[in-house]
Amino acid sequence: MNGSVFKRVGRVLRGQRGATNAAEGMHTAVPNEVDTTHGPILYVENVTVSFDGFKALNNLTLYIDDGELRCIIGPNGAGKTTMMDVITGKTRPDTGQVFFGQTMDLTRMTEYQIAAAGIGRKFQKPTVFPEHSVFTNLELAMRADKRVWTSLTARLSGEQRYRIDEVLMTNGLNDLRQLYAGQLSHGQKQWLEIGMLLVQSPRVLLVDEPVAGMTHQEMDQTGELLTRLAGAHSVVVVEHDMEFVRSIARKVTVLHEGSVLAEGSMDEVQNDARVIEVYLGGAPC
Amino acid sequence: MNEQNLFKRLLADDRGGQALLASLAVIAVALPILNLVVPASSALHVSTYTVALFGKYLSYALLALALDLVWGYCGILSLGHAAFFALGGYAIGMYLMRQIGDRGVYGNPNLPDFMVFLNWKELPWYWHGFEHFWFAALMVMLAPALLAYLFGWFAFRSRVTGVYLSIITQALTYALMLAFFRNEMGFGGNNGLTDFKDILGYSLQSNATRIGLFLASVLALALGYLAARYVVCSKLGRVVVAVRDAEDRARFIGYKTESYKLWIFVFSAVLAGIAGALYVPQVGIINPGEFSPLNSIELVIWVAVGGRGTLYGAIAGAILVNYAKTYFTGALPDVWLFALGALFVLVTLFLPRGIVGLLRRRRMGKTAPTNLVNSL
Amino acid sequence: MHTPLTFWRHLRIAATLLLIGAALAPGYSARAADATSPPNLADVLRGLTVSSFMQKKAASDALANVDDPRTLVLLKALLSGHLYYRKSDKQVLVLSPSGDAYAVRDAVSGKLLGSSDKDGLTKITINNQMRGSLREAIARRSLYSKDRRVRLAAVDEMLDNLTPHAVGLLRTMRESEKDPAVLAKIRTGLALADLNHGSDAQRLAAIHVLAGGMNQTARNRLRGLLRKNPDGGFVEGNATVRAAARTALASIERRIEFYTIVQTGFFGLSLGSVLLLSAIGLAITFGVMGVINMAHGEMMMLGAYTTYVVQLMMPSHIDVSLFVAIPAAFAVSGLAGIIIERGVIRFLYGRPLETLLATFGISLFLQQLVRTVFSPLNRAVESPSWMSGSLQINSALSLTNNRLYVLIFALLVFAALQLVMKKTALGLQVRAVSQNREMARAMGVRTGWVDAMTFGLGSGIAGIAGVALSQLTNVGPNLGQSYIVDSFMVVVFGGVGNLWGTLVGAMSLGVFNKVLEPWSGAVLAKILMLVLIILFIQKRPRGLFPQKGRGAEG
Ligand SMILES: Nc1ncnc2c1ncn2[C@@H]1O[C@H](COP(=O)(O)OP(=O)(O)OP(=O)(O)O)[C@@H](O)[C@H]1O
Ligand SMILES: [Mg+2]
Repeated sequence: MNGSVFKRVGRVLRGQRGATNAAEGMHTAVPNEVDTTHGPILYVENVTVSFDGFKALNNLTLYIDDGELRCIIGPNGAGKTTMMDVITGKTRPDTGQVFFGQTMDLTRMTEYQIAAAGIGRKFQKPTVFPEHSVFTNLELAMRADKRVWTSLTARLSGEQRYRIDEVLMTNGLNDLRQLYAGQLSHGQKQWLEIGMLLVQSPRVLLVDEPVAGMTHQEMDQTGELLTRLAGAHSVVVVEHDMEFVRSIARKVTVLHEGSVLAEGSMDEVQNDARVIEVYLGGAPC
Repeated sequence: MNEQNLFKRLLADDRGGQALLASLAVIAVALPILNLVVPASSALHVSTYTVALFGKYLSYALLALALDLVWGYCGILSLGHAAFFALGGYAIGMYLMRQIGDRGVYGNPNLPDFMVFLNWKELPWYWHGFEHFWFAALMVMLAPALLAYLFGWFAFRSRVTGVYLSIITQALTYALMLAFFRNEMGFGGNNGLTDFKDILGYSLQSNATRIGLFLASVLALALGYLAARYVVCSKLGRVVVAVRDAEDRARFIGYKTESYKLWIFVFSAVLAGIAGALYVPQVGIINPGEFSPLNSIELVIWVAVGGRGTLYGAIAGAILVNYAKTYFTGALPDVWLFALGALFVLVTLFLPRGIVGLLRRRRMGKTAPTNLVNSL
Repeated sequence: MHTPLTFWRHLRIAATLLLIGAALAPGYSARAADATSPPNLADVLRGLTVSSFMQKKAASDALANVDDPRTLVLLKALLSGHLYYRKSDKQVLVLSPSGDAYAVRDAVSGKLLGSSDKDGLTKITINNQMRGSLREAIARRSLYSKDRRVRLAAVDEMLDNLTPHAVGLLRTMRESEKDPAVLAKIRTGLALADLNHGSDAQRLAAIHVLAGGMNQTARNRLRGLLRKNPDGGFVEGNATVRAAARTALASIERRIEFYTIVQTGFFGLSLGSVLLLSAIGLAITFGVMGVINMAHGEMMMLGAYTTYVVQLMMPSHIDVSLFVAIPAAFAVSGLAGIIIERGVIRFLYGRPLETLLATFGISLFLQQLVRTVFSPLNRAVESPSWMSGSLQINSALSLTNNRLYVLIFALLVFAALQLVMKKTALGLQVRAVSQNREMARAMGVRTGWVDAMTFGLGSGIAGIAGVALSQLTNVGPNLGQSYIVDSFMVVVFGGVGNLWGTLVGAMSLGVFNKVLEPWSGAVLAKILMLVLIILFIQKRPRGLFPQKGRGAEG
């Protein structure tokens, strides 16, 4: 079982290269070269976000290295989703800076610009296009020139089709490709959304609670997928499922009340007195 | 790509569209023959009045098609689409006014009657150019497009959606109605533009011109349908549906969703403008009443009755409801508004997908329609 | 001297007089009965029915001295040639033109005898000498009338024609007058007189007095002081006087400007109160429940028609009809609302656009219903007497009663609604359901019942608004339509789900509209308003006072 997943992932990654090249050849909105010469690809510095006086993020500082797989945990309301909102441009920070590489100031970019620059996002609540087929969902997510007039005449290239097929094999939705996405189960929607993330070929993947609603087996597969993606991509995973986090984590950040409480390996974090206090022993130690 | 092929591919998967175009072809041939060739004494003779009535229905159908694009496909329930229709109508109306020349009541070769009546001495600047048909035809599309662009640019950029958007579109057409009622606007105030004489040199009273206008409506509707079909089958069309269902998702995979909405809104406004331009010469008048919010919302019910998000459903709905309206207002005038009111309630409660949805439900399987990526 | 018959007639007249006197001036009746009082009215009037001007003059002078509230009217009628007598019995009559004919009143009793032409009647003519003394008598009587409004009007009239005699009258009157408004007018008059004939010091003092008022005559007079002769020199030689006049004029104009602004503000608030009334029910159904009710305007229409029906049922009690109409309208519209909610809207929760369409259908239906049941034409709803008239604060500011009452009424309704929402169990449940329907249901709230009641409440308030509107506008099948766009604008502008926002939104839109109106005209002001609101919503899609929290995003 594991072996087959490995193979699939391998193909996905190779396919991705191909797609990227093809996209470049097609004169598309290629992400500006992300300057990661200093190590980190994402810089979140002193970010504060408040909603009517309530600080959802409080002077949060966080760096994600290029190619890193980072897990972010924290109790409900810690600000994890808000942090992703800030990175993807959905929420503007009151103060602080968010940079993609050395040069791109994300606080000055719109959502679609950020996405085009190479930051992909999976929502906490799976969101797909319910009235499109699984295939079309992937087609729309596919990295391409996404301007209006171009899409009036755009057609999928053979290469892109192949790429979608590959992803469909990876996420196990191949048999359901013609089904309306709205008819998928919760877990299947999660997979579809992950697939949509893959065809976008982003540099950074922000994944909010990817395994909610998945079986144990599927969780394993997801973990596998995410670890393989790391390296070529930077992956930021928010999860409540500690077991899952432990199985994939290299570096864990604990958020609490909008700022970083602790950072380190899973073991270090779990032994941190403050973290234990916050979780009240809730984590499976 | 070969024209013929494109045409075939657009309709390959579209039974409703095929039926629509076939019926359009039939009436395009049949009505003129029944009107011009069959003698008036025959039972089969179709009066010019009926031909014009059909022409009117067809222009309404084009308007419904336009609304279906934004409502059915993009989820924007515009309660102001009559404004675009009316603007197109006014544009062609201005041309027709200029064609009257010195045959007006006051016989002024330069000024339309209502301006003479208001003691105006010269033509306002925005009336210049409308003596040329090509210019008016351009304005038929440009004026609605410009309004839609300005309005949409503001509205979509600031992410006004749902009922809020509906209400401000209604306010828009309401404001325009009030504005056009003013004499100072220079569009004939209350009475609007009327007493047209001829179009492109042909008398509007003659049978042949009427048939010509009718055929133009048939052609416009057929082309409009194909264009709309092309748009909804393109990737743009799929993005638009995606925006309708999950705008955030679309944004986060890199689509500038407001541009898509704006594009489809402007395109729809242009279609509505053309519909208005076909309507006005056939009914012979355009006045500010066309801007009334009631018109816009009545139009919504045509689309709802037919079945939104299907294009041909909107067309069928427009023709059906308007036929019913003609019938009722003639036979039982008091009943019409009761019927219309009931229609609104019944359709939303029991026929959310319209007549088309009702017919389709039986056949609908679980799978999405075949992907059209490669057929285009 | 009298025949028995005339004696009885006099007795009857005296009795009538007594009654009228009792009605008009309570303090007067005692004196009227006094036997030593001057000759009675009927006798004096009889003296006028002669041809000799000498005798007539004597009679009219006597009339001026009769201590009776009706004398003033009769003197005026005599002056303006409306006094006649019947040739047959010499009964004196007052004729006032009404339509083609004349309304005829008995001069003594004031009773309306019917309308007629002048056949058989003789006009009581007067000469110039009489005219002069009549004017004087009228002025004198008016100045000492018991009614302050009569006194005010009398002084006002004198200001335009300040004869030395008039000034003398004013001087004496100043001593006894108590009413501050009348007193201020008298001072203005005396100051005007001083300005014409006084010493420089007196004139400066007079200008100072005039600077404190807003009188039109005074303004014209002051302007006159600043005018130039054709040769370029000033009409007024004294530079100090001119300077004083200039500052006085400026201060008067400032004050007038101020009151004009207050007046505009009042008109604005009045429009705002209408907007508030029409929007406040919507603030409940749309703002709190999230239901787009396009038939909201028709709920107001129902309220207005209820008022009409109530008045039909109690035609002789128009003055209290509104108090019956308010609960009736609340019940009718509220019930209609509940039926609509239970019959249609509850199947459409979560589908706002469909709700919009369905309720629009209902609005068409209701309009047509009213057209069929009543008529497509406007119906006349009467105003109770206490609603007419106006509150005259000063010459630049008067507030019409109906607008004032509607404004107060709107605020009362608003306060009552706030109470219901904040203090009652229903209010609590409504807020719970609007924030989290599932949770509320889980907690045992009967959401269906709450929905129906809330919708009924919103619609009922719309009905009450209809009662108020029936006093300000035409009641017809289109009544609702003309308010629906406005009401939505108010709710959206103020911030959905926020009653205070609706209040502020309505009032500011009302004032804003009235401020725009003078320089843009009513229609353009309305268009501008709509455009500005459209732009405003672009900037702040959640309105002036947005609802807080994530729930609002949905
Ligand atoms: N738009 C908003 N308006 C008001 N408050 C908000 C908004 N978005 C987030 N919040 C608040 O900010 C805090 C952080 O929310 P966030 O969704 O980031 O938490 P989270 O860490 O993702 O929690 P969970 O693990 O439950 O997903 C919460 O208290 C939330 O109520
Ligand atoms: Mg979260």
